[in-house]
Amino acid sequence: MADAQDIYGLIAEFETVDTIMSAARRTHAEGYARVDAYTPFPVDGLPEAIGLKRTAVPLIVLIGGLIGGCGGFFMLWYANVISYPWIIAGRPHNSWPAWIPITFELTVLFAGIFAFVGMLGLNGLPRPNHPVFNAPTFHLASRDRFFLCIQKDDERFDLEGTRRFLESLGPVRVMEVPK
Amino acid sequence: MSSQPAHGEHILAPGQTYASVTDKISSIVQNRRAGRLWWLSFAFTSMWVAILIAAVSYVIYRGVGIWGVNIPVAWGFAIANFVWWIGIGHAGTFISAFLLLMRQEWRTSINRFAEAMTLFAVMCAGLFPLLHLGRQWYFYWLLPYPNTMWLWPQFRSPLVWDVFAVSTYFTISLLFWYAGLIPDLATLRDRAHTRAGQIVYGILAMGWRGSVRHWQRYKSAYLLLAGLATPLVISVHSVVSLDFAVAQLPGWHSTIFPPYFVAGAIFSGFAMVLTLAIPMRWAFGLEGLITTRHLDNCAKLTLVTGLVVAYGYMTEHFMGWYSGDVYETFVAHNRMFGPYAWSWWLIMACNVVTPQLLWFKRVRTSAVTLFVLSLIIQLGMWTERFMIVVTSLHRDFVPSQWDMYYPTIWDYATLFGTIGFFFWCFLLFIRFLPAISIAEVRELVHEKKHEGQ
Repeated sequence: MADAQDIYGLIAEFETVDTIMSAARRTHAEGYARVDAYTPFPVDGLPEAIGLKRTAVPLIVLIGGLIGGCGGFFMLWYANVISYPWIIAGRPHNSWPAWIPITFELTVLFAGIFAFVGMLGLNGLPRPNHPVFNAPTFHLASRDRFFLCIQKDDERFDLEGTRRFLESLGPVRVMEVPK
Repeated sequence: MSSQPAHGEHILAPGQTYASVTDKISSIVQNRRAGRLWWLSFAFTSMWVAILIAAVSYVIYRGVGIWGVNIPVAWGFAIANFVWWIGIGHAGTFISAFLLLMRQEWRTSINRFAEAMTLFAVMCAGLFPLLHLGRQWYFYWLLPYPNTMWLWPQFRSPLVWDVFAVSTYFTISLLFWYAGLIPDLATLRDRAHTRAGQIVYGILAMGWRGSVRHWQRYKSAYLLLAGLATPLVISVHSVVSLDFAVAQLPGWHSTIFPPYFVAGAIFSGFAMVLTLAIPMRWAFGLEGLITTRHLDNCAKLTLVTGLVVAYGYMTEHFMGWYSGDVYETFVAHNRMFGPYAWSWWLIMACNVVTPQLLWFKRVRTSAVTLFVLSLIIQLGMWTERFMIVVTSLHRDFVPSQWDMYYPTIWDYATLFGTIGFFFWCFLLFIRFLPAISIAEVRELVHEKKHEGQ
């Protein structure tokens, strides 16, 4: 058995959505905070069950859309009114209805890029390796098993006590995650 | 293929588990050897890719004069192909984004390859306007960048809107597709039994570990991308249609164009989804995931969009007559009885008459019949784009300017070259990436279990 200093945490493996859900609720109720769950697909309600708040992704997307939309419209206005005013087909310099398609496209473009990059950035990806990959059966997290990991740096973490707690949640097995 | 009552009404064959769907889909990529059929198709499409490279190189070397384009028909095949290809892409976005927002869970097993179809179709589409520029190496003049000429692109022109629409469309489609792939790439990484597989899929998966925090942000980003892509897909073909509708030319200058183009785009796109899905599910034995119900639903949407297209034709001809404008009336008459009358009659046969067969359930659930129908529809939609481009240009206001358009061998080489390139990309895609979204099908298995099915 590894020394308690060398581990990242304890991880429990579950077989069904129902068991991981109740395990997550109980872990949260027990007061554990440095907890993460790993699932092969997004499980509805699991983020709330382990005590996560709402994500900042929508705000990032809104900011991206505003930058794209306002920046795009400003570019078109600046090009045609300030930088190179030129009368084309008798239209006013600021013939704004003609700016709408490009303004729209740039709004979508920036909002989309912000959504993708923002999601990855908040997730801390790309990050090729992570201690949790060291858990012996963790490769099943992308197939059919659900995992719940309590990290060693949690205030309430205690190798024996936490192990007993995890085992009481009905897992297939509980493993130490080497660092 | 068609005689599978067991799968008839399901969007997922009974008895599937998280493990079984994961193993089934990823084994196509990881355990199965490429069969003889795959290699034969790959060799054949590679030949067309070589022809495309030759055709593209020669047009850059010699100029667009090697094509049949001239005054008055300066647009010819290049623009018809552009409109056709970009339209095909639209069904992919429609399936992956719009049906996601509408919570149509049957989209789950067809969205991944439909998105790939979109990407490859937009690549083919983007090639044509670039080549048609003439001096292709100045393509960056289309973009607003600080330049020593102190000039800007002509932002009032729909052709410049097109540059923004198509490049945004490609970027968003790529991000959406890649975002969807990340969890599946992690699955492939975890299952890879070769070092090369671990490294390549490992890099592409970017360290995805399915953490609940990841999933929460992922779902939010994915939903928002879907929300952004849905109006985008409407805007792209609307902008494409404005390339025509903003011009004063009879037969083009019409307000029905944007909705009529969008409907035509989704119509041809669903036909392409069927063209790809039917052989794919047969070759890889995916009838349990892409069921008859999927084919039936795609066929219904083909029928609906086909009817909107038919309505567009009716409106065009009605306006030609009702406007009382001599040029509009002439264009309608010229299309039906002029030198390109074959195209008008072919369109009516392929796009209006043939899709009516889809009213019958027996047709919609027969894979072979649907496959043949989908090819007929694509022929019809290509011909429609050809007719719109050529007939309005070849005889406009002044009879002294009238002339005929004859495509050259290079026109055909580029068109068939892009078709080859499209299928070539698709063959590589189904060989190296999961053609069905594994994570989403697992989620579907979970939902079905809870419905007590």
